Amino acid sequence: MSNSAKNGSDNMNSSDPAMTSQPTRLTGAETLWATLVGEGVRDVFGYPGGAILPAYDALRKFPIRHILVRHEQGAAHMADGYARASGRVGVAIATSGPGATNLVTGIANAMLDSIPIVCVTGQVSSKVLGTDAFQEVDITGITLPVTKHNYLVSRTEDIAPALREAFRVAQSGRPGPVLVDITKDAQQNSAIFDFEAAAPAPYRPHPMLRADSTSIREALELLRAAKRPVILAGHGILHSRALEQVRTLAERAQIPVACTLLGLTAFPASHPLNLGMMGMHGESWVNTAIQQADVLIACGMRFDDRVTGALTTYAPNAKKIHIEIDPAEINKNVRVDVALIGDLKEVLETLLPLLPERNSSPWLNAISAMKGDASVRDIQHLPDNGHLYSAHVMHDLWRETNGDAIVVTDVGQHQMWEAQYYKHDRPRSLITSGGLGTMGFALPAAIGAKVACPDKEVWVVAGDGGFQMTSAELSTIAQENLNINIAIINNGYLGMVRQWQEFFYDKNYQSTPLLSPDFVKLAAAHGIRGAHVRKRGEVVSTVQEARSHEGAFLIDFHVEQEDSVYPMIPSGAALHEMIRRPSENPLVETASEA
Amino acid sequence: MLHTFVALVEDKPGVLTRVASLFRRLNVNITSLTVGNTERESISRMTIVADAAEDRAHRIMASLYKLENVLEVDDVGRQSAVVRELALLKVVCTPQTRADLFQLAEVFHARIVDLAPESLMLEITGSASKIEGLVQILVQSNHKILEMARTGRMAMRRGHHTSRVVEALSDATPRTESALAGKPKLVALDLIAQEDHA
Repeated sequence: MSNSAKNGSDNMNSSDPAMTSQPTRLTGAETLWATLVGEGVRDVFGYPGGAILPAYDALRKFPIRHILVRHEQGAAHMADGYARASGRVGVAIATSGPGATNLVTGIANAMLDSIPIVCVTGQVSSKVLGTDAFQEVDITGITLPVTKHNYLVSRTEDIAPALREAFRVAQSGRPGPVLVDITKDAQQNSAIFDFEAAAPAPYRPHPMLRADSTSIREALELLRAAKRPVILAGHGILHSRALEQVRTLAERAQIPVACTLLGLTAFPASHPLNLGMMGMHGESWVNTAIQQADVLIACGMRFDDRVTGALTTYAPNAKKIHIEIDPAEINKNVRVDVALIGDLKEVLETLLPLLPERNSSPWLNAISAMKGDASVRDIQHLPDNGHLYSAHVMHDLWRETNGDAIVVTDVGQHQMWEAQYYKHDRPRSLITSGGLGTMGFALPAAIGAKVACPDKEVWVVAGDGGFQMTSAELSTIAQENLNINIAIINNGYLGMVRQWQEFFYDKNYQSTPLLSPDFVKLAAAHGIRGAHVRKRGEVVSTVQEARSHEGAFLIDFHVEQEDSVYPMIPSGAALHEMIRRPSENPLVETASEA
Repeated sequence: MLHTFVALVEDKPGVLTRVASLFRRLNVNITSLTVGNTERESISRMTIVADAAEDRAHRIMASLYKLENVLEVDDVGRQSAVVRELALLKVVCTPQTRADLFQLAEVFHARIVDLAPESLMLEITGSASKIEGLVQILVQSNHKILEMARTGRMAMRRGHHTSRVVEALSDATPRTESALAGKPKLVALDLIAQEDHA
């Protein structure tokens, strides 16, 4: 806002809030920002360069905060983290050529996890398009399979309509990333900007969306007759903002809830009906409950291979109800009996008034028996044998932050340990790369989350491998003076790969031992405080120090090197055929044998 | 099995790439693809014939709908529909074989659209099997086919069925005189000439 005041004398007067309410002649660059302002954008993540320079030149006239990233992949991940933390569209800006191609991993990550982001890239002038001009790359061609939609804009008057449509496409239906590639001359030329006139046409009807009374009745019949029902809670609950409805469904019909990784924060961890995370690293009772279920109600989840195990043996006795907004997900992996295709919240609001209360206590008791004493066992009270296990770190971090922090995890073992031991009660409090499994995601995504939610405590939890993929963004944290705490789970290996080598490749640890810099010194080089933790007893005090410190803080947790994530379903095995925790491990199996 | 989809798409650059890329991503081979104008400005019609397992039709349709430029998809293979294909065949033709070729053309309701001293061109419209029938008999009668061009299938549902989606879209204006106003007018002579060449 101060920028606009400073430039009050500017004859363009583009920061006038009335600009979006009446048609004005603007350059394409100004149109870009004015449209973003009109769409409610306050923060963008980007990196300037030749083909996007006209846009950067006009930025100072607009009330938009620009966060300079260190690599464009970071910009896409930040926009992604921003969107996940806030539910608003994240925006990333890059120049043509390498700037644009560097975005691709971040865009693919947002695509696989259905995250609404809009990426704006500069493009060479329309006169030289297709001539292999300097820093020219066909980014709409490259990103075609990893965006929901993309646009190549070569005329100034098309900028606002393309951007406005991009925002709608990103957020509508099943959300996803959209890229808008704007040529340099389109940014430089001018045209009449009319925000209202640039609004997209009404959305086309989708004939495959179907949640009619017949299907609703079939679903209700299945639910009424169910003896062993389980709700499968997915990411779609957050997208559809259907948390209340899913909770009502679970409580009224007394149905236990199993969560996908991205659905973990869609249902409170402390809720008595919450079983926990399902799938490859889900606890045994969760997966066993799914395998024994007679009715599964899938809410905004897509039966990903990481949650089903072998498809031929998946929940063989269960009738499946699938509530899903994307018709392409119906019967993709798992054949379902009733498909309710539409917005989850709307479908549940139709279904819930017709759903009678029911009692499911024999089934709930049976699941509790499977848990054994696990739910009451507190790993914090296990004797300290001198070893620092990652699970300790997650548990203590959860306790110290009261489960209130936004935790942004990278990909690998630490990601699974976090999912197992940090109990999330608040929606959107876990941000993690699920579908693409993008190492290097955590640090930039946390920056996005912190910018979106400056009042929230934000923790990065990353492995020593993934952290180094994007650790240059420490500079961004320093430059933007962001109060982000960083926990590196340092085991000297690419841990999850090492675990697979241990289990499935005869412990041939090929290329997984990893030399890392002294992360505390690396932080110090950026003016960020840090500390090493090597003992269990130091975890709590160091976490407390990080939390009370004004500004970013990095903790390098030197954990047990060859620890593995249990339980684990080897890929291709049935959901209940899991590798259990070895009994000699101090963090023994947290459930009795099922 | 062969699936026949009719997709109504926005007439914009890059739409064909998006559709083709989708089939590539799904690892489904496109047997034929026909694109052309429709009764509405700004909407093109694609008839896509694809070879895929029977249970994949739903997924292909749903995935087509995920493309922003696709307005409606119809699986016409499952409906009562008129399906046509057009083929041009250039065949070696000497004075000795001409009579036989003329007879074959008549039996198959094919038209002779070009006659040269050593070749003729046949135009045949119909189902794929009818075209294949003509090709087969030409080969078996020792007529040498010099060139063949086929359009691939075009399909339209029988009965009064039209697209409700397209009707619901306000911006899809029907082709009218005014919609054509900006376009260069075809003089009567051109139309006759086109008819002649047809």
